[in-house]
Amino acid sequence: MVMNKFSEQRLKEIDNVISRFPDGKQKSALLPVLHMAQEDFGGWLSVETMDYVASLLNILPIEVYEVATFYSMYNLKPVGKYVFEVCQTGPCMTRGSESIIQYIEEKLGIKAGETTSDGLFTLKTVECLAACGYAPMMQMGKSYKEHLTKEKVDSIIEECRNHAAKNN
Amino acid sequence: MARKLLLEKIGIEGIRYYDAYRKSGGYASVEKVLKTMSPDDVTNEVKKSGLRGRGGAGFPTGMKWGFLAKPQGVPRYLICNADESEPGTFKDRYLMEHIPHLLIEGLIVSSYAVGSNCTYIYIRGEFGWIVDILEQAIAEAKNNGWLGKNILGSGFDCEIYVHPGAGAYICGEETALLESLEGKRGNPRIKPPFPALKGLYDCPTVVNNVETLSAVVPIINYGSEEYAKIGIGKSAGTKLISACGNISKPGVYEIEMNISVEEFIYSDEYCGGIANGRRLKACVPGGSSVPILPANLLLKTAKGETRMMTYESLSDGGFITGSMLGSGGFIVYDEDQCIVRNTYSFSRFYRHESCGQCSPCREGTGWMKKILWNIETGKGKIKDIDLLFSIQSKIEGNTICPFGDAASWPVAAAIRHFRDEFEWHVTNAEEAQRRNYGLAGYAEPLKVAAS
Ligand SMILES: Cc1cc2nc3c(=O)[nH]c(=O)nc-3n(C[C@H](O)[C@H](O)[C@H](O)COP(=O)(O)O)c2cc1C
Ligand code: SF4
Ligand code: FES
Repeated sequence: MVMNKFSEQRLKEIDNVISRFPDGKQKSALLPVLHMAQEDFGGWLSVETMDYVASLLNILPIEVYEVATFYSMYNLKPVGKYVFEVCQTGPCMTRGSESIIQYIEEKLGIKAGETTSDGLFTLKTVECLAACGYAPMMQMGKSYKEHLTKEKVDSIIEECRNHAAKNN
Repeated sequence: MARKLLLEKIGIEGIRYYDAYRKSGGYASVEKVLKTMSPDDVTNEVKKSGLRGRGGAGFPTGMKWGFLAKPQGVPRYLICNADESEPGTFKDRYLMEHIPHLLIEGLIVSSYAVGSNCTYIYIRGEFGWIVDILEQAIAEAKNNGWLGKNILGSGFDCEIYVHPGAGAYICGEETALLESLEGKRGNPRIKPPFPALKGLYDCPTVVNNVETLSAVVPIINYGSEEYAKIGIGKSAGTKLISACGNISKPGVYEIEMNISVEEFIYSDEYCGGIANGRRLKACVPGGSSVPILPANLLLKTAKGETRMMTYESLSDGGFITGSMLGSGGFIVYDEDQCIVRNTYSFSRFYRHESCGQCSPCREGTGWMKKILWNIETGKGKIKDIDLLFSIQSKIEGNTICPFGDAASWPVAAAIRHFRDEFEWHVTNAEEAQRRNYGLAGYAEPLKVAAS
């Protein structure tokens, strides 16, 4: 397997992030750099990826593992191309998040935490995403999908399938 | 219509961008402070305004700035807390998404006051698109001379950077936030030392909420006296309330802190009443961590007085019959909602978010979640209710950070006020799987003890 490497462009971005902190405090860049790694290297962080990030920031691999395992946005195993993260906390529950989760589970034939066999979709339940007034809702990549209904879920899934078909 | 200070310009077309913002008087407060005021003048102005921290604790902002240590030759930092993760709260997001320059303006003025040349906005990682909005606003501000070296020839240098977290509620706690900003796990630090003495990289640091820092702009523009006149007593100024749950119009509202809870829920200017013609059962008025109140105690205090949307009135009666304004995350429950299920959901949240450093918090949150699930699914016993109450009381006050309290209070208040409903789940286990307990007596007027 070929080792993942950041592009020149990305390396410049990383230098820029590091420059925001005082000399010797480059470890502060760790969270943003892990986000970039996850985005560039298939949506999750393998041990190799984490070791690579450690070498870039000149810190110990263990310092990266500690962080990667603490924060819920980092995936430590492969995920589908599209990750649905549906909020299940109280305020969303009062507006029907449970039935939305159930609907997605039935529609995709997976349980929360699983990935479809075609590798397209992962369903996760997550806690409050600060969108409680626009519930029920989910996060998909960098955007929020709010005021979810069954119809809206149908069309999001449809869009993802079309997008995947075009990009293959 | 109530006076708007933060959302005053929200309707202006293109207000997200520099040109429209500047044209409508934006950045005037930066000119004013850099040209006519010393940093201490700014701090005094904020002190006199009566502004209290909008992140949840309500600590006086000017006083906090006054505590900052100022050793020679050591940098000081201002950190904007944009982690916004308390369930029910989505107001900071609204400000940053719609009028990002207000925050940037407030940050420049506040950085000048506390002497921070390098200011970070720590924002929850899920707000990826808001990171882009803020980065753009910062670039615009910099291109127009409001950031960088020697701003407006004043000799004051300031840079602002946006820094995303990665999904951890605990990073909203200020010392966990600092750990996270240093590239570590979000484990809260033991206090003291407080950040005012030893914060980011062991340097003196002030952490303030997005809304707090934005409110500095109208305080400078209109003057502290004008600002202090709004509201009641120590609840000065306007407050953003993010309203959600079973109301007709969920959303973010700016209120003057002088209206009643009843007006806020039922008037068309705000929540527009309970959705679908249902009746009001309960409310968590300040984010998931504050005590839940049944309808009768929400609208009136135990003394029979009208409950107002102020820090003091919402906490009237302490934890026995009151709650807190908290972060302004206002969650409304109608008669169809199940208090046991809601309490379970909150416990699951706290179990998930505990950083795990203290055993009462780490073990207690898991235990509470499990017992609540048993009660909710018809496998509970009456003695479990007492056990729950006892567990929460042993977490509260016995942990490194206030998260332990935040996890305990919702459970304590739910049992205190809705004990019938918990007992009903146990004694009518089968029926409880088919229907909810309903409104019961929770909206009935309480007898006011003769004074
Ligand atoms: C568990 C926990 C979570 C918190 N989350 C937030 C948050 O998301 N945003 C925030 O501004 N303050 C949060 N706080 C409060 C901060 O620790 C801190 O008091 C606040 O940012 C200070 O700003 P202020 O004085 O302007 O309110 C949290 C506190 C605790 C204990
Ligand atoms: S109270 Fe909970 S969240 Fe706070 S430090 Fe202890 S274990 Fe961590
Ligand atoms: S509870 Fe779902 S976004 Fe807050």
